[in-house]
Amino acid sequence: MTFIKKSLTAAVALAATAAMATTAQAQMSDGEIRIGYLADMSGTYRDLAGPGGLEALNMAVEDFGGSVNGTPIEVFSADDRNSADVGANTVREWFDTRNVDLVAGMVASSVTIAATRVIEENNGLGIVSGSAASSITNEHCTPNHIHWVYDTYPLANGTAKAIVDQGGDSWFMLTADYAFGHALEGDVSKVVEESGGEIVGGVRHPFPTNDFSSYILQAQGSGAKIIGLANAGADTVNAINTASQFGVVQAGQQLAGLLVFLNDVYAMGLPTTQGLLLTTGWYWNMDDESREWAERYYERMGRMPTMVQAGIYSSTMHYLETVAELGSDDPEAVRAAMGEKPINDFFSRNGRVREDGRMVHDMFLAQVKAPADSEHEWDLYEILATIPAEEAFRPLSESQCELVKN
Amino acid sequence: MTMIFGVPAAVFLGQLLLGLINGAFYALLSLGLAVIFGLLKIVNFAHGAMYMLGAFATLLGMRYLGINFWAALLLAPLFVGLFGMLLERFMLRRIAHLDHLYGLLLTFGLALIFEGTLVNMFGFSGARYPTPELLQGGFQTGFMFLPKYRAFVLAAAIVVCVFTWFMIERTRLGAYLRAGTENPALMQAFGVNVPLLITLTYGFGVALAAFAGVLAAPLYPVSPTMGSNLLIVVFAVVVIGGMGSILGAVITGLAMGLIEGLTKVYYPEAANTVIFLVMILVLLVRPAGLFGKEA
Repeated sequence: MTFIKKSLTAAVALAATAAMATTAQAQMSDGEIRIGYLADMSGTYRDLAGPGGLEALNMAVEDFGGSVNGTPIEVFSADDRNSADVGANTVREWFDTRNVDLVAGMVASSVTIAATRVIEENNGLGIVSGSAASSITNEHCTPNHIHWVYDTYPLANGTAKAIVDQGGDSWFMLTADYAFGHALEGDVSKVVEESGGEIVGGVRHPFPTNDFSSYILQAQGSGAKIIGLANAGADTVNAINTASQFGVVQAGQQLAGLLVFLNDVYAMGLPTTQGLLLTTGWYWNMDDESREWAERYYERMGRMPTMVQAGIYSSTMHYLETVAELGSDDPEAVRAAMGEKPINDFFSRNGRVREDGRMVHDMFLAQVKAPADSEHEWDLYEILATIPAEEAFRPLSESQCELVKN
Repeated sequence: MTMIFGVPAAVFLGQLLLGLINGAFYALLSLGLAVIFGLLKIVNFAHGAMYMLGAFATLLGMRYLGINFWAALLLAPLFVGLFGMLLERFMLRRIAHLDHLYGLLLTFGLALIFEGTLVNMFGFSGARYPTPELLQGGFQTGFMFLPKYRAFVLAAAIVVCVFTWFMIERTRLGAYLRAGTENPALMQAFGVNVPLLITLTYGFGVALAAFAGVLAAPLYPVSPTMGSNLLIVVFAVVVIGGMGSILGAVITGLAMGLIEGLTKVYYPEAANTVIFLVMILVLLVRPAGLFGKEA
């Protein structure tokens, strides 16, 4: 009996301390703004975010002056090794021992879904920049995180719709055989059929696959006009390379890359990728503002930034500005204030954070240049069209996020 | 149109041919592993890294030294082979008298170090190596479009495999080598420099992996992890063929390529696992492997 009483008293005392801690956070918590950068620093997704993303984050902190209203900013990072366990445990440790104020980066969707749950439990704040799954602000939405750069919805919507409109009305789907691939395949099939096209066949390949020749041969045999690649990273790269070796494009079929990053195109080279259509959230060479930032980044990293790395700078800047205006790093207040302010910078056009945490902004339909049209090694895309912010992303009316009142 | 098991004959033949080409890679790699294990009893986990180094040597040779593909076909294996010999001389030899596990751990650690260093230097996505001009394009064979380069890979791999088998099983040097590993003390007494022979053999096995790496460079992106992705499958091939059997490694490599190719048509979801399924079956029925001598 006494034991229960004691435990109860202890629990009440703890709760009271916690409540006091929250009130104390009305200003900057414990004299420092702490940003933890979680990303794949050594695996498949290293080049699209990785160390370059951390550098972009550091650039934002430096450009902001290294402190917010006199409170210093501290940045630390960890490698999640694309493991949901490692990612979630790292974030938990950051809350327990380092009082992290913002968790940034977050790449592999599985890691992000696990990490954002920990952020919600600790009532913290996270900005997801690298992940693709649209479920992160749909069924997995939380009041504690924002999804910045892109997701599978605009990728499918932008690319597939544009291709069907151009006459590519029969599709063969090459799908990575796991949750992300299936989801992307589903999104694409829906868009293709709604736009008047038809899925004539497909194959689900193991993840990861090194040799795509067999699947490319099957795609050639299907007679489809378009071969849709519902996969990512090395799989997409391998599939495109193989298609080029088998003369797919010369024989009259076209490839549609649904999740292709700048570093992928750079690695494959223009002779292999030319003509590929893709949707991107940002491209370094799209206007003066973008170029100016990208060149500063290039001087530090020796590579041009991907849309994810640019998004990390943009989101960190937006966060720091909001904290400075509020004079507080309280997660709830910051999250609310971030949603009230439109976001227009070198990265985002017509951007705003919706109540489900989705940062919607203009997306772009791009085409990979022919080698003859490229002026230097990073001159890779031509922007064909703008997909307005309000059309690009999943409309709130279709949202399953519980923060959205439908 | 003629159908074979519900698939048009043309598609079926095309898939068989592609399977054979993939099998050629398995054969080359498992051959090197089999030579190293069969003769030196080293479980060479650095084999995938050596394959990767072969591809990188080709890529960097072209970029910085202007070495073309044909020269790389000779120079890259030579360079990586020499590197392998240094590893054998200064590291593997020191633990040669210990249990096999130590060699496995050492080579595995080395592989991780090579991979990590290259990831740090060149990133993860890797880079493309252009197909040599002479082999661009392909043949319209009636049942499929066969890229010239893939046909070349198949031919080159078979030539090298036959050459290796002949060297080891049919020449005096091969006989010394086999005798030297069977009974080193006796061979040494006959005046044969056995340690040198062992260093050369390791170098040769590693050079085979590097040769496969050069062949792979124009096909797959040259990336630091290209070797580790392949290594496990190649080990399975060696186990199926029988650890240490040279002919077994080559025939099993080609056969596994074919089986994998057919799986990609009939049940693509299982393409990555089918070789391991075969491995389990073989281990249950013939634990020493299809071509291995019963221990």
